[in-house]
Amino acid sequence: MPTTLLSITDDPIDMASVVRLVEAGEPAGRFGAVTSFLGIVRGENLGRRVVELEYEAYEPLAIKAFEIISAEVAGHWPTIRLAVQHRIGRLLIGEASIVIAAASPHRAEAFQACRYVIERVKQIAPIWKREVFEGGEAWVEGATADPTDAAAREAAYGRACG
Amino acid sequence: MRITILVFARLRDLAGSPRLVRAVPEGATVDTVWQALAAEFPAVAPYRGSVSAAVNADYARFTTPVADGNEVAFLPPVSGG
Repeated sequence: MPTTLLSITDDPIDMASVVRLVEAGEPAGRFGAVTSFLGIVRGENLGRRVVELEYEAYEPLAIKAFEIISAEVAGHWPTIRLAVQHRIGRLLIGEASIVIAAASPHRAEAFQACRYVIERVKQIAPIWKREVFEGGEAWVEGATADPTDAAAREAAYGRACG
Repeated sequence: MRITILVFARLRDLAGSPRLVRAVPEGATVDTVWQALAAEFPAVAPYRGSVSAAVNADYARFTTPVADGNEVAFLPPVSGG
């Protein structure tokens, strides 16, 4: 059970506990919607059969990345309360790597914020996955992490609101 | 002055260790630290265009100055989520 809204864990993700956390600590009746996103390990990537993924993070900076993203969310959608938890270590197919939960008075901003957060996590959070597939393994390398890159931020916002 | 260098993912594999302590001259920047790393482990050099950096667990630029005892992290392209 996470105790903070933004966290990294070695343990299996419990989505319900993250949703409870995002709802907690606010006056009853403030929220009308919670949207959530669960990222799970797919069994196929680039035509290869995936066996497992191994995630690692630079944890103190990953938490700061989540804080930056959270502040961006507050700028776009001031009523949102957000929780993000990313798992690290070895994950098997079907296991959850990330959960995002966004609570708000109305559904539209909760859906948008949730999408924005996963796009931004993929752009800037110092987290890496190594894919173990049938016949080999390889680091997956996506985006060059730069939280000040306005074009990346705008692309994430465009996807969230598209 | 002494700098702790943290490398992750494929950069760690190439450097053979997640954490190195190296001496750099006074007035050094993140780029100076990177050059030292790339000189010691030439296989990391091609990452210069795609790597990001952090100093003491805050995002930094290659022009950011470093001080004795700082922790400088080099981040290959990220793939979380």
